[in-house]
Amino acid sequence: MSSVADDLHHDEHHDHKPAGIMRWLLTTNHKDIGTLYLWFAFIMFLVGGAMAMVIRAELFQPGLQIVEPNFFNQMTTVHGLIMVFGAVMPAFTGLANWMVPLMIGAPDMALPRMNNWSFWILPGAFLILLSSLFLEGGGPNFGWTFYAPLSTTFSNDSTALFVFSVHIMGISSIMGAINVIVTIFNMRAPGMTWMKMPMFVWTWLITAFLLIAVMPVLAGAVTMVLTDKYFGTSFFDAAGGGDPVMFQHIFWFFGHPEVYIMILPAFGIISHIVPTFSRKRLFGYSSMVYATASIALLSFIVWAHHMFTTGMPLFAEMFFMFATMLISVPTGVKVFNWVATMWRGSISYEMPMMFALAFIVLFTIGGFSGLMLAITPVDFQYHDTYFVVAHFHYVLVTGAVFSIMAAVYYWLPKWCGKMYDVTLAKWHFWCSMISVNLLFFPMHFVGLAGMPRRIPDYALQFADFNKWISIGGFAFGLSQLIFLALVIKASRKIGEPATAQVWDGAEGLEWEVPSPAPYHTFETPPEVK
Amino acid sequence: MSEQQYEKYYVPEQSVWPIVGAVALFLIAVGAGNFVVESTKGKEGYGGWILTAGLVVLLVMLIGWFRDQIEESMAGKYSAQLGRSYRQGMSWFIFSEIMFFAAFFGALFYTRMIAVPWLAGESNNAMTNEVLWPGFEAMWPLTQTPGGTTTQAMGWMGLPLVNTAILLISSVTAHFAHVALEEGKRARLKLFLGITIVLGLIFLFLQVEEYVHAYRDLGLMLTSGVYGNTFFMLTGFHGLHVTLGTLMLIIMFFRVLKGHFDKENQFAFQATSWYWHFVDVVWVILFVFVYII
Ligand code: HEM
Ligand SMILES: [Cu+2]
Repeated sequence: MSSVADDLHHDEHHDHKPAGIMRWLLTTNHKDIGTLYLWFAFIMFLVGGAMAMVIRAELFQPGLQIVEPNFFNQMTTVHGLIMVFGAVMPAFTGLANWMVPLMIGAPDMALPRMNNWSFWILPGAFLILLSSLFLEGGGPNFGWTFYAPLSTTFSNDSTALFVFSVHIMGISSIMGAINVIVTIFNMRAPGMTWMKMPMFVWTWLITAFLLIAVMPVLAGAVTMVLTDKYFGTSFFDAAGGGDPVMFQHIFWFFGHPEVYIMILPAFGIISHIVPTFSRKRLFGYSSMVYATASIALLSFIVWAHHMFTTGMPLFAEMFFMFATMLISVPTGVKVFNWVATMWRGSISYEMPMMFALAFIVLFTIGGFSGLMLAITPVDFQYHDTYFVVAHFHYVLVTGAVFSIMAAVYYWLPKWCGKMYDVTLAKWHFWCSMISVNLLFFPMHFVGLAGMPRRIPDYALQFADFNKWISIGGFAFGLSQLIFLALVIKASRKIGEPATAQVWDGAEGLEWEVPSPAPYHTFETPPEVK
Repeated sequence: MSEQQYEKYYVPEQSVWPIVGAVALFLIAVGAGNFVVESTKGKEGYGGWILTAGLVVLLVMLIGWFRDQIEESMAGKYSAQLGRSYRQGMSWFIFSEIMFFAAFFGALFYTRMIAVPWLAGESNNAMTNEVLWPGFEAMWPLTQTPGGTTTQAMGWMGLPLVNTAILLISSVTAHFAHVALEEGKRARLKLFLGITIVLGLIFLFLQVEEYVHAYRDLGLMLTSGVYGNTFFMLTGFHGLHVTLGTLMLIIMFFRVLKGHFDKENQFAFQATSWYWHFVDVVWVILFVFVYII
């Protein structure tokens, strides 16, 4: 026992960490792992972004110029997979790693070694996915939704690698989610009761539940694709009594909760930033909690709104239409609460707040186009057009990604101990803000006019719009390099030192530890009032 | 709670095992991805070797990781709070497993209740049947597919019924073993744990027999249309879980022989027994929906 006591003693007095690469490979520290996740997500964001540039370059003009149609399909597929599983989800997991223990006053994540494992299997999964692009016959080209029979009968032989890399991504997400959920259940400092928990922690708790519930279903879906393609099963083949429509049901049973996995933590982030810079308490905290929970529950019964045109009995079409519309009620509650928080606040417009404001406006646009899509009869016109592309980019880019950027601006001083470069930040914000709308807003119009998605060519009348969309795309891509420079600068510890409090209106345990946050925090739990 | 009362939460120092495990999963994915293509398309390649290497590394990792944990646990480093973390982690893991099976049960229900009747013309699908699959009739078990593949159904009497009884009994013996552990009756513990393991092995053996019977006598194969698909995928994944559960039980048996576990310190044992009960429950559901109904 005495050696144990020595160990504990030893820990408290040194920020003991090995130097060099081994620190990162072997770490069990939630801050290190959070940093790894965030950098990985950023790199994947740039890689996936580069593929988007290829897509937009091809679509700059009508006709086929730059890439083969088959390669174009691989680009849209891998772009989608990387952005969803490689950028947005790991970024949120990274934020959870960094912030959840700090916010609930825990010494670390509940299962630190598993935490390391869930991160380090990710690079391998994406290495496999990316290298499959260089195989003979190319990589996956069936869209990130890998509908059968595109992914079974008509796919190339990289499909097996695709299946196993998705399995690893799933394992990573499930382990990450188990860690978050157990941390929140079991590691809260005394006095941190459920209804005192910060919103980011609440939203992540519910996200983690969604992840554990639906990632295994995705695993089931890819497994059936694998056996259909290679082992002669016919889950998705009518000749054997199966049904390709069943693929879509299984996929979207995972897929719709998945989109909430990518937005609920964003709601949490915005619910921190808006009160801080309005210098007011969050309006309607408990209604925020209940809204989050009801969104999560409803998200299990709306999946087939992605399948209105696939074919379903009329009753099902109606059911999924109304259930989907129901979801916009709790979502509306959230937007209302953010606006009400700002009402009569003394607002200041630092960078996190700018991104949060952009989020509220632009995410709401995405929510409204979602409502339009939810109306079954008109979805027959919108489905599989650029209108859908506009919708999910408004919710994902100006929603999820903007919230992640807001979070980085908000907590970077806590992580690095330095303020970010305000000039660069302003450039980053305004360039992104203008270009992202130039990029995605006109997509609504070409979509309504009938331009189909996932096609490398288009009718002549869409040429002007597409030119501007592509220009917006390139500009948005380049703007992110400003962000890269800014983050590198802060992590190299260049800039003005930040105080522990950082933002004068901020509340929460994370602001009670010094900036930068020491390697070990809250080894004895703080007092929660 | 005052500070004195607070038991420190054990946060391990750096550990090599996770990264070893990451290498293992990478090799397994690369290997499996290649092996599947090579073995089904008759191509040359190293997939099988890479897969084997990955599995070996995974085994090394599991041994190393668990050895570290056992040492820490025996050294008394674990607090009650950490024990709760492990238990909650295990429960959520089992929940994720349930959802994995749910995907395949979902496929079973969908094909049975919707896909097959529609192919036979039900609802507004008369023309589907008329034009695409003329003469196809809905039935379950689907012994003749729309494409014309035929097979025979697996009855529920005989082997499957015996297997159900075996697993149910093994769940009870696993429970008795746990009670014996709680009461500190080591001899009883060893006895019941041993019986549970034997029952698990018998189940696996009979499952193999059943597969042989299906392939040889009934012509029921993985490729026999959705009936065969759901049959083999569900019982197959279940069988894999029984295998894993049996291995875990065997490891527990050896730890018990070494004198590990008592009333307070028994996470690994408890997790194994939870897992075993979970495997049993899945079987019961499976027996009802795959075999009987
Ligand atoms: C008010 C809330 C929302 C509603 C009513 C809604 C509705 C819809 C509908 C009906 C579709 C299918 C359109 C079609 O294919 O014809 C769709 C697609 C999509 N939505 Fe949403 N949505 C909402 C929020 C979100 C959020 C928050 C996200 C992600 C953060 C999201 C991401 C997506 C994605 C990725 C797709 C396209 C999937 C694909 O086909 O590749 N949506 N949405
Ligand atoms: Cu959806």
